[in-house]
Amino acid sequence: MPEMMQTRPSPTVPAGTNGGPDGDDGSWTYKTRAWIDRTLPMDHLLPHRQPYYVGSWVYVFGVITIAALGWVVVSGVVLLFMGPQWWHSSGLGRFFNSLHFWSVQLFFLFMVLHLWGQYFMAGWRDGRAATWAIGVVIFGTSVVTAFTGYVSQLNFDSQFIAINGKDAMNSVGVGAFFNVMNFGQMYGLHVMLLPIGVTFLVVWHIVMVRAKGVVKPIGPEGGSK
Amino acid sequence: MDAPAQYLDFWFIHISYPNVIVIAVMLVLFAVALVAPFPHGSDRDA
Repeated sequence: MPEMMQTRPSPTVPAGTNGGPDGDDGSWTYKTRAWIDRTLPMDHLLPHRQPYYVGSWVYVFGVITIAALGWVVVSGVVLLFMGPQWWHSSGLGRFFNSLHFWSVQLFFLFMVLHLWGQYFMAGWRDGRAATWAIGVVIFGTSVVTAFTGYVSQLNFDSQFIAINGKDAMNSVGVGAFFNVMNFGQMYGLHVMLLPIGVTFLVVWHIVMVRAKGVVKPIGPEGGSK
Repeated sequence: MDAPAQYLDFWFIHISYPNVIVIAVMLVLFAVALVAPFPHGSDRDA
């Protein structure tokens, strides 16, 4: 298995040339392609072999989190198209409402298990601080996304949460632009901005994992093996 | 979802049973993941 931190050399530039189909002519497209080729070569993006320590339940937890996010998005899109009357009153609507809710439960449950595992593995070692930090931001963004979802249910539960939550938001000074009593704002954030943010961060997290590789086990002396 | 949950009261702890169940499931899953052998394929190595 090649070292995961190894980088691929830049695309070869034929001697004496300055341009041409594959040469460095100073264009941003060439520089961008060369940068992508160095930082995320295809054998890192889609590897067919992995080190033995990738076989760990902690990564299964991460994959289940991604699968749950997929179900959250799919069920959320269905709810978005059909509307609150449907998800409260029809049997199929209640089914999709429950599918959305329980997918979120699984998403958070396995995300936290993945977080616990990575914490005790010190997953930020050997240049993986950004990967860990993006995971932390995903967790925080997901909490806000779930909160906007709870206040968008259009039932007594959402009214109770919104009326009590406004005091918490006001107490930290964000109530002026994050008004939990404003259904349109909460619903808009929940179905558009925040899901795009979470999905983008998850994709970024996975790309970072592919680029840097999975962290090695902690050695007997406390350092990396 | 429309009925209030039952709560567990123990010393300073005040928590709903659904949350107790979720936390217990997470702890059990994490403990199992520590001891359960991971099924490695025969051709996977370093």
